[in-house]
Amino acid sequence: MTEARDADLLFKALADSSRRKLLDLLNVHDGRTLNDLCEHLDMTRQGVTQHLAVLEEANLIGTVRRGREKLHFLNPVPLQEIYERWISKFEKPRLKALADLKRRLEKDHG
Amino acid sequence: MAKSTYVYVSYIRTTPEKLWAALTIDTEFQKQYWFGNTCLSGWTAGSTWKMEGPDGTLMDAGEIVESDPPKRLVIRWTHQWKPELKEEGPSLCTMLLEQEGSAVKLSITHTIERENSKLITAVSGGWPKVISNLKSLIETGSIAVDVNKK
Repeated sequence: MTEARDADLLFKALADSSRRKLLDLLNVHDGRTLNDLCEHLDMTRQGVTQHLAVLEEANLIGTVRRGREKLHFLNPVPLQEIYERWISKFEKPRLKALADLKRRLEKDHG
Repeated sequence: MAKSTYVYVSYIRTTPEKLWAALTIDTEFQKQYWFGNTCLSGWTAGSTWKMEGPDGTLMDAGEIVESDPPKRLVIRWTHQWKPELKEEGPSLCTMLLEQEGSAVKLSITHTIERENSKLITAVSGGWPKVISNLKSLIETGSIAVDVNKK
């Protein structure tokens, strides 16, 4: 498995509204079973299972077995990697602007 | 389910032995991916465990519940620094390392026996950054993404 393939799997998994809805559902409430997730989607159980498999392959969800049940959790680690790759550098100017503002306001205040 | 849980998964291109060392005894390496923090422990079941901040502040403390190198580590983990997190009491952090092809699947599960835990909310923001840094550091030798890397 290469880095390029990891990224392909990740973006392919995100390029589907049903799969994004599954991630949204897990974002609101983590640790859901397949039955629980099926209740929120107008789709067959088999369809939901297939979407979950794509999300798991892209490492966007983690699963834990509890007895006979499989619980699904949103795994934010690959999204953090996207953030660091393209977005985090834009944070620095914003943080610097805030620090500059604070310094200027506090200087005027004193 | 009257508990709060978070599950984090990352595939890191390394060996289970190297990853185990990075998570446990290699404190100099740890500082680089854990924002200057270090974990100190004997790393065997029953030994005490603590995490210190860059200036030596005690951040978290507890003990090793299970240790099966280089596969499974369970830490009983109580936050120490912020009173509102400390009062929630001990949480359980399980690290599972599984070889999958040329990579190691690292699964970290952090659980506490209470609903809407503030501790779990706090770690849910921290762990992805730590794991992402760890992966990048092990695979490329640096924590920042080098855009010139071919």
